[in-house]
Amino acid sequence: MESLEAIKERIEAAVPGAVEIVANQGTAAEHSLALDHASAVRVAEFLRDDPALKLDYCSNVTGVDWLDSVEKVREKVTKEVAGESKEVVEVREIETPGYLESVYHLYSMELKHGPVVLRLRTGNRSDQITAPSLTPVWRAAELQEREIFDLYGIVFENHPDLRRLLMWDEFEDHPMRRDYVEPDDYDYEPTPHDEVLDKARAHHTGEGDA
Amino acid sequence: MDEGLRSELNKQGVFTTTVEDIYNWGRRNSVWPLQFGLACCAIEMIATSMARFDLARFGAEVFRPSPRQADLMIVAGTVTKKMAPQVIRLYNQMPEPKYVIAMGACAISGGPFKQGYNVLKGIDRFIPVDVHIPGCPPRPEALLHAFMTLQKKIGGQPLTGPDRPRHLKADEPSEFPVPKFGAKDLEPPSNSTIWEAPKVERDE
Repeated sequence: MESLEAIKERIEAAVPGAVEIVANQGTAAEHSLALDHASAVRVAEFLRDDPALKLDYCSNVTGVDWLDSVEKVREKVTKEVAGESKEVVEVREIETPGYLESVYHLYSMELKHGPVVLRLRTGNRSDQITAPSLTPVWRAAELQEREIFDLYGIVFENHPDLRRLLMWDEFEDHPMRRDYVEPDDYDYEPTPHDEVLDKARAHHTGEGDA
Repeated sequence: MDEGLRSELNKQGVFTTTVEDIYNWGRRNSVWPLQFGLACCAIEMIATSMARFDLARFGAEVFRPSPRQADLMIVAGTVTKKMAPQVIRLYNQMPEPKYVIAMGACAISGGPFKQGYNVLKGIDRFIPVDVHIPGCPPRPEALLHAFMTLQKKIGGQPLTGPDRPRHLKADEPSEFPVPKFGAKDLEPPSNSTIWEAPKVERDE
């Protein structure tokens, strides 16, 4: 299979719209393509139908929750202090807004190559949580996108049957989000550790054995 | 009846018993389970009913598909919060006398998935359980042992008096309230008349 950069160029030639390569820093080096909402379905159809790629098998669709992050950066800045310019170390906060993301892993059954990884990002985590559904392109994405809707809250546009899959319909939260708070239902644990130990300490008055 | 007199009569060919003995003998030797497996423990339950560890020789002749014809519910596997109301509805549909075996760590207390967002921390929060089988999954021999323990329990239930079983007491409930799906959790999260979180006494 050709390299990801070559695939990106061919996609941009065939379908108008931006495609961005997201690098994967780990040893797996599975870099992915981030698509934008307007052209996502046409890019997906191109990937599925192109004779050199023929990515007809969507093996996995998963969700990711990127929280809003604030990074503190210390830098030296020349400033006017008491009439003379000085080098001062200033702390600046860089705010990166968070978003939800759905990640598609595509393989080719016909040409036996892959994977190509696609990422679809939502606007933010609170009010712009829609993304185009790729179920019209790969049927395998149907139930998986329902699971992502249930657990992360991404509303997929043009999904044929978008409702909760694992939780009940009246449930009002998205359990796999990073900021999910589970209902306070602490029960006796014989050997608590990590977060469960914190819960145990909060519920029982006394320290007990660590 | 005095055991010495009974054995003397037995030698002469006269066999005596009590209504209680015959009643309990019949009940314990023909406990028909409800065909109800949820997760991995169900595979072990199926293995127990197959040729090597045959459960049918203990009287569990057929696993009934309908709760109306079953007297034992072996809750085998993780009970999710989404499934919990259906489990309780099925239990309510079983006619008295009915028994519950909680098989495996998940049915007893949530098991290895206890901190999961959709896991009910033990089916004994909503229905009364007679025998618990620890294990993940418990071996088929453990399920057989639990079945025999249940048979001993049924055999020891008197017909009269304050210790008589639930189905002979007029004011004991045989149906338990089914929880509703709330916004964050089941409502109520447990049935407070039959279950309470164990309190731990820590000596400081």
